[in-house]
Parts: sequence; structure tokens; C-alpha cells
Amino acid sequence: MQLFRLTAHELHDLLVKKEISAEELNLAVFDRVEAVDDKVKAYVTLTKERALEQARSVDRQIHSGEKISPLAGIPVAVKDNICTDGILTTACSKMLANFVPPYSATVVKRLDGAGATMVGKANLDEFAMGSSTENSAFFVTHNPWDTERVPGGSSGGSAAAVAAGEAICSLGSDTGGSIRLPASFCGVVGLKPTYGAVSRYGLIAFASSLDQIGPFSKDVTDCAMMLKVISGHDPLDSTSAKYSVPDYTGFLRNDVRGLKIGVPQEYIAEGINPAVREVIEKALARLEALGAHVEYTTLPHTEYALSTYYLIAPAEASSNLARYDGVRYGFRAQNTDDVIDMFMKTRSEAFGPEVKRRIMLGTYALSAGYYDAYYLKALRVRTLIKQDFDRAFEKYDLLISPVCPTTAFRIGEKTDDPLEMYLSDVCTISINLAGIPGMSIPCGFAQGMPVGLQLMGRHFDEATLLRAAYTFEQNTDYHKAVPEL
Amino acid sequence: MIISERDVEQLAFLSRLDLTAEDKIAYTKSLNAILDYLDMLNRLDTDTVEPAAHVLPLKNILREDKLQPSLDKEQALANAPEEEEGAFKVPRIV
Repeated sequence: MQLFRLTAHELHDLLVKKEISAEELNLAVFDRVEAVDDKVKAYVTLTKERALEQARSVDRQIHSGEKISPLAGIPVAVKDNICTDGILTTACSKMLANFVPPYSATVVKRLDGAGATMVGKANLDEFAMGSSTENSAFFVTHNPWDTERVPGGSSGGSAAAVAAGEAICSLGSDTGGSIRLPASFCGVVGLKPTYGAVSRYGLIAFASSLDQIGPFSKDVTDCAMMLKVISGHDPLDSTSAKYSVPDYTGFLRNDVRGLKIGVPQEYIAEGINPAVREVIEKALARLEALGAHVEYTTLPHTEYALSTYYLIAPAEASSNLARYDGVRYGFRAQNTDDVIDMFMKTRSEAFGPEVKRRIMLGTYALSAGYYDAYYLKALRVRTLIKQDFDRAFEKYDLLISPVCPTTAFRIGEKTDDPLEMYLSDVCTISINLAGIPGMSIPCGFAQGMPVGLQLMGRHFDEATLLRAAYTFEQNTDYHKAVPEL
Repeated sequence: MIISERDVEQLAFLSRLDLTAEDKIAYTKSLNAILDYLDMLNRLDTDTVEPAAHVLPLKNILREDKLQPSLDKEQALANAPEEEEGAFKVPRIV
């Protein structure tokens, strides 16, 4: 039995029945990392000693007859823009290559509290800015389904780790699609929760009104288990919402009868790869056959979403990344004349090209004389985009679309043209602008590469997403397919 | 062209970035391509639309102004590139 192939809930059963130990499970995952990470390059840091210590503690609990939580002993990867006390957290930037946080993010504390073990820190596009993980300052992560292709981004390491069996579940962050796109490209389940559902405390900020942490997993049940552990109000994040976290696993019902599903026609318009379109249409037909009402609808401002996002996100980033000045932590350039020279050289030597581009774009959008024309304009269009969703959700319980018009592209294919790269997020970014939950589940293959189905719901209605996703999964086998490595 | 090389130079300075001559040419090109694309927003009349800085109906979150434990000095300085006598050290300012 290959333990690294199993899901968290399957492994939990084996742990409780004492058929395996948590230590054995963690060693199996580290063996897998050893065997395949040369090809995948999912991790920037491994935390084996910490994981084995955590695992042994879970084993002691099991031994003494204590009830363990569903994630106890389960090996989890954490995106390297999420702070981990005493463990290197780099955001995959030269700027933070030596940064050891003195505290852990709230999500990491919650996972620790649930007994999950941490395999290591996963690769990402520098400061989560990118759609392919090619912007990592360290190395490129490869798609386990075809190592000449990108895993998607920015949470490419987190998605690839789960797809390759190098972790059972993982955490990513999603500002414009950074969980859903890699989940789609790597054929795993990925969820961006409602804005405010999960604490951002300890997440290295990119665009604070859009960023949200969420889970990757092999199936919907694991997704619900992870979500339950990481969600909930946190006084340390003033934008985290006060709401009672439901037991998400309770929504996993194999039943979509009567569910009203809208399919925004703008998301399946021109430019979509015909093979992807076919897979999506087949998935919709499947949901209809299972009793859901599926019809086409419209989100009229969709075409403006990318432009809106590429003003708001860089504007917020230019402000968030102003903190990297070489004074309190991170990189500092040597041989500088005065403090301004030190700031300039530090930032020029340590930020990568895409990060610099977005800082300048954001600075432009916020600068005197352009603020109204760019930033304020984008905030107004954001209202229109949000209203599109409000209107759609008056009529539908759920919206469904592709995650991306294509499957994973080749490494290097889009690196010369930033705009072309930005277009990978055309189906995912509106969701962040509206703050609603969005999910990617495996729904088939196009030319041998996984295709993700995007489910979008009302604010804090992760329940309906999980229910529909679970039903689809129970009636299909796509989530069981694994890449050969 | 929406922005010139000179504009990019000024933007870089505002962003505290030092660009090489080569960088300046490349960023002028890519930023213009992006701004060209973003120009589509001007097709929309938004005069009567309220801006949405935030998606949740959150107002200012306040707490009691009470002293609470935080990082001690040693931890706060642990990642400092340079420190002296318990303070962050920076190059000459004036």
C-alpha cells in the first residue's frame, strides 16, 4: 500500500485502527519527496525533524487511547509566504531568503493544534505574483502530469506537492486565482474561501483586500476537513469575519437535486480551448443528469475584471511591499552611500522583475494626478463586478465555469509577455474582487492534462460549493487519477 | 505611448527602485502594453457608482487600548541586517 497516495480521511481511519503509525506515514511521505522532488521541485524547505516529532506525539496520543483529531499526523505542505515560527519563510524572494519569522501564522497554529505535521515550505511565484511559479527567485516547479509544463501559480509548489504525493494536503493563498489555477493545472481540489473566512495573520501580504488562504487536497472530504480547521474569526486579523464556523464535513451530501446552477456565458466564450470546453460541458451535463438545474447566465462586467484587478492588486502591493527597506529584516545591499541609496539598491537587487513591474504599476495608479483615473476608477468597476454576482445569486445557488480557458502551458511559454501571463487568470480574478468563495475540482482531461471545474458561491456559502463538489466527485473518477512520475 | 522612459524613471524613483538603462527600456515597453489594455475601463461610465475598497460590511475594528505582550527586543532584532546597542542600524541619513 502506497500511503502517500491516500487521502487524509482514509489515513485517519488507518491511524485510529492502529494499522499504521503517524511516524510511518510521515516517513513514507518523506521517502516520496526523496524519490520525486528532483523532478517536481515543489519544496524550498523541508522540515523533517519537526514533522517526525509531531508524528511521534500523535502516536503517543493514539497509544494512550486519546481521541485524535481528523488531521492528526497528516503530512501537510505550507506555501512559503505563510510564516512559520523558527522556520525560514522566504516568499520565494531574494528579499526574504534569510528571513526566520519569530511567530507563526494563525493557520499554522491551527494546523499544529489539530496535530497535522508539516512536511515543508512550498515554492511560489515571488510574493505570490504570478500564474506559473516561474517567478520564484529560487527555481521553477514542474507539473507532475508533464514535467515540461508549469504547475500554475502562484501556489504551484503546494498544488504539485499534493498531486505528486509529496504531501497529503497543503495550504496556499489566492489573490487572483493562485489556489484555483494550480489546483486545476495539477488535477487536485483547491478552495479559496470567502474573504474574511480565514485569518490572514502571518500571511506575507500581497494585496490585502483580495488575499485569502485556503486548502489543497486530493478530494472534497479532505478539503472540508482542512477548511474546518483553518477557518474562524481571529482578533489578530481585523478583516477576519465574526461568524460561527459550521462543521463543513456535514455538507458532504451526494445530492444536487433542485440546485440552481448558473453558467456565466462570458467564461466559456471565445478563446477557450475547444477540448477544455468539451470537458466543462460534459461536467455540466453530468450535474444536470444528477438533478441540478443548469442554465446559461451572464456576468456582464466580466471583460473588465482583469483590468480592474491589475490596478487594485498592484496598488495594494506597492504599498504593502514598501516595508522591504533593508532595515528591520530581510536583504540589505552593501556599500551604500546614504539611507536612500541603501533603500534603492536593496530593493533593486532583491526584488525580481515581475515584482518590480507591479510595484511601479501600483505606484503609477496611486500617484498624484492618476489616482482618480486609475485606482478610484478600478474601485468603482469593482462595485459593478460585485453587483453582477449579487444579481446572479438572487437567481442561482451556485455558478460554474472553467478555472482556466486552457490546461497547463509549457515552461517558458509565457514568460516574455506579462499580459499574456495575466490572461491565465481571466476566469478566477472576479471571484477575489467580489470576495466570494471559489473552488476548483478535477473534472476531466484535455490532451492528457487535468481540467478544473470552478464552483462559485455566495459569501460564506462554502457549504453549497462543498455539496455540489462532493456530489460530482462521488459520481466521477477524475479525482482518483494520479500522474506517473 | 501612455508613459515615456522619463516617466518610468520617475516611477522607479518613487518606488525606490534603481533601474539600469536596459531595464528602463523594457519596463517602458511592458508598462505601456499593460496600461493600453487597462484603458478599456474608460469605456464604462462609472460617475454614479460608489467605489468598493472592501467587500465585507466591516467598519473600523477597535479593541481596548490595553498593554499586551509582544515580541521582546531580542526577537525583534533577530532578523536585522545590522544592529547596535539594541537598535536597528542604518546608513547616514543627513
